Parts: sequence; structure tokens; C-alpha cells
Amino acid sequence: MRFNESWLREWANPALDTEALMHQLTMAGLEVDGVETAAASFTGVVVAEVRETAPHPDADKLTLCQVFDGSDTFPVVCGAPNVRPGLRVPFARVGAVLPGDFRIKSAKLRGQPSEGMLCGASELGLEDLIDGLLELPDDAPVGTDIREYLSLDDNIIEVDLTPNRADCLSVRGIAREVSVLNRVPFNEPAITPVASTLDDTFPVTVSAPGSCPRYLGRVIRGINPGAHTPLWMVERLRRAGLRPIDPVVDVTNYVLLELGQPMHAFDLGKLNGAIDVRLSSEGEKLALLDGQEITLRDGSLLITDASGPIAMAGVMGGAGSSVTDATCDLFLEAAFFAPLAIAGKARSYGLHTDSSHRFERGVDPALQRLAMERATALILDIAGGQAGPITEVASEAHLPEPAEIALSATRVEALLGIALPVSDIADILERLGMHITEAGAGQWAVRAPSWRFDMAIEQDLVEDLARVYGYDRLPSRLPAIQGGGAAQTEMLLSARHLSDLMCARGYLEAITYTFVDPAMQQALAPSLPPLALANPISSELAVMRTTLWAGLLTTAQRNLNRQVARLRLFEQGLRFVPQAEGELLQEPMLAGLVYGSARPQHFDDKARKADFFDVKADVEALLAAGGRTGFRFEAADNDVLHPGQSARISLEGEEAGWLGRLHPALAAKLDLPKDIYLFELRKAVIEQAKVPKFAELSDQPAVRRDLAFVVPEDVPAGALLDVVRQACDARLREVRLFDVYQGDGIEKGRKSLALGLTFQERSRTLREAEINDLIAGVVSQLKQEFNASLRE
Amino acid sequence: MENLETLTRAALDAVNAAADLRALDEVRVNYLGKKGEISQLLKGLGKLSAEERPQAGALINEARDAVQQALETRREAMEQAALNAQLAGERVDVTLPGRGELPGNLHPVTRTRRRIEDFFAGLGYDVAEGPEVEDDFHNFEALNIPGHHPARAMHDTFYFGDGRLLRTHTSPVQIRVMENGKPPFRIIAPGRVYRCDSDLTHTPMFHQVEGLLVDQNITFADLRGTVAAFLRAFFEVDDLAVRFRPSYFPFTEPSAEVDIGCTHCGGNGCRVCKQTGWLEVMGCGMVHPTVLRHGGVDPEQYSGFAFGMGIERLAMLRYGVNDLRMFFENDIRFLSQFA
Repeated sequence: MRFNESWLREWANPALDTEALMHQLTMAGLEVDGVETAAASFTGVVVAEVRETAPHPDADKLTLCQVFDGSDTFPVVCGAPNVRPGLRVPFARVGAVLPGDFRIKSAKLRGQPSEGMLCGASELGLEDLIDGLLELPDDAPVGTDIREYLSLDDNIIEVDLTPNRADCLSVRGIAREVSVLNRVPFNEPAITPVASTLDDTFPVTVSAPGSCPRYLGRVIRGINPGAHTPLWMVERLRRAGLRPIDPVVDVTNYVLLELGQPMHAFDLGKLNGAIDVRLSSEGEKLALLDGQEITLRDGSLLITDASGPIAMAGVMGGAGSSVTDATCDLFLEAAFFAPLAIAGKARSYGLHTDSSHRFERGVDPALQRLAMERATALILDIAGGQAGPITEVASEAHLPEPAEIALSATRVEALLGIALPVSDIADILERLGMHITEAGAGQWAVRAPSWRFDMAIEQDLVEDLARVYGYDRLPSRLPAIQGGGAAQTEMLLSARHLSDLMCARGYLEAITYTFVDPAMQQALAPSLPPLALANPISSELAVMRTTLWAGLLTTAQRNLNRQVARLRLFEQGLRFVPQAEGELLQEPMLAGLVYGSARPQHFDDKARKADFFDVKADVEALLAAGGRTGFRFEAADNDVLHPGQSARISLEGEEAGWLGRLHPALAAKLDLPKDIYLFELRKAVIEQAKVPKFAELSDQPAVRRDLAFVVPEDVPAGALLDVVRQACDARLREVRLFDVYQGDGIEKGRKSLALGLTFQERSRTLREAEINDLIAGVVSQLKQEFNASLRE
Repeated sequence: MENLETLTRAALDAVNAAADLRALDEVRVNYLGKKGEISQLLKGLGKLSAEERPQAGALINEARDAVQQALETRREAMEQAALNAQLAGERVDVTLPGRGELPGNLHPVTRTRRRIEDFFAGLGYDVAEGPEVEDDFHNFEALNIPGHHPARAMHDTFYFGDGRLLRTHTSPVQIRVMENGKPPFRIIAPGRVYRCDSDLTHTPMFHQVEGLLVDQNITFADLRGTVAAFLRAFFEVDDLAVRFRPSYFPFTEPSAEVDIGCTHCGGNGCRVCKQTGWLEVMGCGMVHPTVLRHGGVDPEQYSGFAFGMGIERLAMLRYGVNDLRMFFENDIRFLSQFA
């Protein structure tokens, strides 16, 4: 809502300066978004009259003028096409300073003296409506300072209203608030009914009374199509951000701003038969005022006549029935359309107008007659003509009935934490226009005025009480803490713990969009159709990710494009995996991406690129954090990963995630380097933690035996170690693989794996023979399972 | 005995002349060893008379002690020099960088989220989470935002065309928590939220933290106190100006927007606060009775407050980030600034 301050002050004028008034509005819930001056600053411009004109002897486009400023006459050279004798215009005298620090000096133009300048609107920082001088009315007082004459020492105020305060979408509504807050009079201009001097009416029926509970129409005939909107109205419209169009449209806009009632004027000569307010049928067409033709769906509220739709009710008029500069006879409409009939409709057709904005939030259902009288009077005043009687079609049953709300002082205190004096409560409610009836001590039955249709329950009244009383004056306290939060479980690793661990290992946390590029998603999960947005913000952010790798790879692309040499990124977040029967799995994941050197460059360290095992160590650190053992890595195929460097991770048969190198084909496709490593883990599996269980420490000596086995090269080390553990019992405290060798001395197609076995019995020293037995068992098992031989 | 003095001097000279520990040991053997010259003198004392013996003995012992002392001193000096030489050889340039991995760090949103969580954890709030793909009921209906409510237009919702949508705020977690439990409730719900809006000051995904406290006898005063205490702790300014302005949310009544004195200019007016001296940081209010009922809570018995704030907004103010979009570009030059 945009309006000018001087207009507001005509309606309610508290003894507050602009800044204090704006602060007050903001603190009352009408947030002032901005205040700007109504016109740029300038001085020395007065209303003057052009007395005589003559062509410039040496320039075709210039005119020599004699200009009277109320006391003297000056020669002025003017280039405007509309300069003519008798015209009253703004005159910048010698010494004037115009916007942009433009100083007016006496000058000679093509040899002719010029003592000052005649001004167009834009030269005064206003908007040009015509090309040329700003034409002032014939009664503009010559000699008066133009700032005073046009009330330019004014402010334009922009208030950002919340959807519940539709009652403030007018100068009247804001003024009502100002009057309440400051206890100053509410100076409503006298609006008296216009006596009809015609008998003409135009028939109106309302077939959709639920959507249009009240419809008023009036015929006005014989207006002067050549009339001009007076400057004062043009200025108020301009300051509200509206362009003047013609007197009739300007008046309806003015009434909308002033009273908050959207109106519409039809050209009476273009109407056929009778008005019917009804709902549309599928496929009906309507050419709108803004030039577009829309095809209607079922159930949109229309104003129609015998020819079909002539306006989209409460949204926009049709082109065919609109007022033009040749219109002499009007049919003026002021209606109350139900908010639910309008809400969402304009939007669904891609429309949003000042009218729809108000109707969908709600217009005072008792306002239509007042607005009709106001608009009629203004039109007759500006453009002449004669008005017929008002036709009103109303359905009392469908008009909103103000709710009767019970309010108690106890409830006020229970909500606000302060006992407002009973007299204050009653006083504030009355000032707000509420009708109150006492229903016992500290209890009232309250009926809101017609414009406060947002009042429905007791809490609504309490908010208004608090608002007018002042939120700033309400108490503040910290509620007592009762009981702590939930006990911290040791059975789960927190998201924090996992993130901290990643950070400690050199990873930066990324947060990427959960909707991703369909091409990327398709490349990563070709066989899994993702959940697609119906209205994506862009084609690159159109489907929900089924893997966090989508965002991390995009992040890698972006950073690598900036020549970043090393990346270690992780992210925690949901992946969205469609399931059978339209179900959706929203699963928390932890994913990482590694590229570049294994360690930060160091003067004493041989540079080496990170490989599978560097990243595996990070994953193992995550898996170890919960104290669970038994995570298994096995070679398995994954669309995204290099077939020879891809591990499926599991815990007790349940998939825990994947680790591997980006598939070279995918790397090429995504224009990424080949040595990118990725992992993604299901948090539900890896967050399972074990409560540590103490085991007695042993003072018995541990014995380590190192053994190297030669096995076929395709035997996974993990399988070998599993067999070693199975072959021994608890006396094998640890087995460690410390060397892998292929080459000289080892048969082709085989490899040597060197294991360190540490044996220990908690309560006694192991005998040599026992250890030898254990080792013999290991050797024989490995021989049997893998055709392993001890390396000589 | 005349030559004792000469002998002592010669011995001391030899100590001084010894170049290394071995030479020094030779000097010791030559003078103080079993057959050393001073030792021989002591053995020769027996040849002296009983009258002469004490005096001569004392003189020889004195000479022997002097040489012994000189030897000790000299050896210590040599050992010290040797140690010094060794230490000098082991010197490293301590200004050279250390070896190994450097820590990474959290995203500024997570960092901020944790500070918020920690504050409220201290007040006994639990952290709750909810789905990001939501249904219309939890995101709108249950929060008192029916189908054609104008507030829906402000939400710029992402839809999937099947009734599901991306949650536009963390408020649906309020409903889920109430549905699944019994009052009192004391939770905060941080997480990702989505609006179909993208420009200088909007990203289609961002983060909010929702707070909900439902108990008996909870008033607007409790809300004010809680929010003000949080903001003062968050910005670490004890006298931070905090003001509550009436506002409107369908799910709270009364509702308020919360402003703080501009953290950039201290309230004098600047570019950041658009010359107002105030920064809007969050919305809040008393939970609407309809919302309580949707969560299965009796509004006659319980009341509560809820608040919601944008994490990026708070992070931008706290850390001086001037472009919202940077949070999701994940440029490591940006991310690594929040160590």
C-alpha cells in the first residue's frame, strides 16, 4: 500500500513528525517499508502566466514569450510545443535551482534574451504526462510557489501489509489506525448521496450470490469525454504509483485508494441485455483490458451480459466493454465479491491486480454504497453528466456476519502474561470500532466492525489489544526449565560426531541443493527414475537426488573449473529414493569426494595422488567411530564407480554404503578428472554405536609370528584374513597384513601376502607348542581354501 | 720439592693444551696415574722426616687437587662443547611447515545451526527433525493455512503434482512432534526448507530453525524472554536491542516479527539495515488454537509459543557474508573461511 502523507493527514493528523508517525505504524503491525519525498528538491519556481508569444526570428522550434509571475513580466525563450498565450505553467525564475543542481541564469538563446525557464513536469522531478510544459489549471494562482501549489513538500509512504490487514489497504483504513493509536479525530470526508437526475438503470441479476453477495450498479450519462483529471487527483494517484488514464478510470482508482473499494466502469453503450454475475463454464473466452485473451476454466466468477463474459469479477475488466476516450455513458459497478471466490483465481490465470489483491484478502462488505456515491460525485464533478439511481442486488444470507466473540480479562492475562486493566481493554476495543457488551466482570461479548473481518476468535482480539497497548510495553521473562532434554544415547553416533570426524580428517563440509540436474541424476542412477518437481525453478534443478554424489560432483566441477588442485568434501543430507506404490524413502546419507594429492604439499614429503586406500582409511575411521566391528568391504559393481575399484560396504548383511573411484567413462562424460574418489554411507547403518565393554588387561607376554603366504592373485586379502581368524580362537589377539608382493621370486599369477599374527592368552603364558599348533592350523586351512603355500 | 711448583704448572699447561678427551686422559695418567709424576711425589713422602712430612704432604695434595680440578673442568668443557656441536647439527628450521593433513571445517550454516541448537539445548529443548518432502496437511492445513489462504501465495511452494510438496518451512515439524507425543513439548527443529524463488536475496533452498514450547501457563512474556535471551547470546551482545512488532502468521496469534538493533552500525542506520537501525531476524507468536488442536493438544489446557528463523540470515549477520547465494555455491575459498 502506497500513499502520500498529506492525504493521510487530511483524514487523521496526530501531532507527530513523519519519522515518529512511521515508527508508530511499524510498531502497530503496519510495517513501513519506505518513505520518499514526493518530489525532488528544487527552489525558485512559481505559477506564472504566458502573456504573449512570438516566433523566434532565428530558430524554428523556439518561441519568444512574455511571462508574468504575479509582479513582473519577463522575456523567456521556450522550446516546448504547447506554449501558448494564456497558459499557466511553472516558471523557474533567474536564481532558481532545479533538481540535479541545475541553476537558472539570465541567458541569450540564439541572440534573444531569456530571463528564466518555463518547466515541464520532468524538469521538476515529476512524471511527464504530455510532451511539453506542465499545464496548470486556469485558476492556478499566479505567483504562488509551485511546491506549495502542488503540495510537493510531501512524503510517499509504502506500507507492507500482512494478509490479515486488508482493512488497511486504503488511506481510510490507515487513517483509522492512526486515529486509534493517537486518540485523534477520524476526519472522514462527508460523502453525501448523489441525487439521481435520471431514471435510467441497467438490469442486474446475480446467479452466483455465494460468490457475489452484493452488487451495486449505476448508470451515468452524458459525461464529457474530453474532460481532464484535475491535477490534485493526478498527483495523489502518481504518489500512489498509479498512472492517470482518463477521468473515469482515475476516479475508480482514486476511490480504491481512498476507501479500499475496487470499482469498475463499463461503457454503457457496449453492454447488451442485462448484467449477470455468474460462474464461468469451461472454455469460455474473455479478451481482457491488458490485451490478452484468456480461456476460462469452470467456476471462475464473471460479470457477463447477453454477449458473454465482459469482466473477470474483481480481477480485470474486458476490453470489449471498457471505457474509452469516446465514452459518454457509463455503467458503474461497486460489488462485494467473497474472498474465496477470488482467492487464487487471478493467480491461476497469471493475473494480479490492485482489485484482486483487495478482494482476495477481503473488502469491507458494507462499503459499496459509500464508494458508489463517492465515485459518482467525483465523476460528475470532473466530467459532468447525470446519474441514475443505484441498483443493488444483495443476498443477506451470503453476506459475512461479524462473529460474536467472547473475551475475558483472564484470557488476556493468560496469553500476554500481564493483567491489562479492564477499563483499558474496553477502551481499546471501542476505539477499534468493536461493539462490546459486558457479560460479567472482566468479560465481554465483542462484535467486530464490518471492516475487521479478520476477527474470528478470542486470540485475534488479544493480539489487537496487545498491538494497540504496545508490544513494547508487554512483559518479558525466561520460562523456568523443567526437566532436561532427552538423555544422550551412546547407542547412536550423532550427526555432529560424524561431521567433526570428517573435518578432523581434512574434509570441508558442503551443502548442495537437494534438487539436481536431471542429466546428472540420469548419469548417476540410470535405472532409477527420480522424483521430479512439477514446477522446478530451473531445468538444472528439476529432480530430487537419489544420491548425494550428484551435488558433490557438481561442486567438484565448479571448483575444478577454478583450477583447484585438491578437494576433500563431505555432505550430510537426505536422498530421495522412490519406492514401490508411490512411496518415497527420504534417507539420511553421508557422502564424500576426494581429489588431488593424498596429503597437503610438503617440502619433505613425496607428492602422491590420493588413491582408493587413502579414502578407504577415512571411511574406516567413520565406521570405527561407533565401536562396531564387522563392516565388510567387497568388490561389487556400481554404475558410478570404476569396476576394478568399487567396494560395497555392509554390516551383518545390510548395505552400509559404497566406496570407489569415479568410473572413467562417467568422468569423461562429466568433464571431470579420472582420479576422483567417492563414498556414500547410509547413516542409519553407520550411526549404530556400541557401548564399550571393558576387558581385563593381560600381563602375559604376547608372541608375534610373521608368515608370508603365496596365493593366486585373485584371492581377496579380506577373505584370507577371515580364514586366519576362523582357524584360530581367542588366543589370536591380532592379525595384521603388512606386505603385498608380486614379482621376482613369485610365480606369475600369484602374489605373496605377509601377515603378522599376535598370540596371547589372558591368564597364562602360551607354550611354544600351542602356538605352533595354531600356526599349523592356519597354514593347513589356507592351503585348503586358497591353495596357499608358505613363502620360502 | 722445589720443582713441585714447576711440575704443577707443567701439568696445568698440559691440561690446557689437551685437544681432546683422549689427550686429556693421557695428561691425567702422566700426572695423577699410578705412576704419574705427582703420584710419585706422594709415594716419596715416606723418605722425608716426620717433621717435614705433614707440610710437604699438604703441598703435594694441594698440587694434586689443583690438577684434578683442572682436569675435571677441562673435561666438562670438552663434553659440553661436544654436546653443543651435536645439538647444533640437529637444528631444524622451526618456521618450516608441519607435515600431514590439515583439518577441514563445517559449513557456516552447520556452524550457526549448532550454536542455535546448543543455546536451546541449554534451556532443555530437544532437536526434532521431519521429512523434507511433505504433504499438504502438515505444511499448510494443520498450520491453519487452508487452500485459498493468501499466505499460500507468499510461500512459493515446490510441488510434485501428486499432493506432495517440498516443505516451505520447518513449521510442519511442530505438528509431527505434537501428533507423536504428549505435552509438554520443548523442541527445536532445524533443517532445509524450499521456496520457488531465486534472486539476489533468495535461494530456492535454505535453512530454518523452528522452535516450539507447549506447556501450561505459557504466555507471550515467555516468548519474548526466550527469544531475546537467544538473540543476545547468539550475537554475544548483552544489551542487544530487541523489539517485537505485531505481524501475522496463520499459525500463531498473537504474532510478532522480531527486530534487533543493527549489528553492523549499532542502530545508527546503514546500508545493511536500510537506514532503519533495525534488522528483521525472525517471526514468532503464540501457537494458534487451531494448530494445537491439529496436533492433538487441548488449547484450553495448554498454551505455547513457536518461533522460526532463517539460519543463513543469522549466519550472514554474524559473519558479515554479503551474498546469500554463496552458501550453496560451495566454493572452497568461501567454505574454508569458517574454520
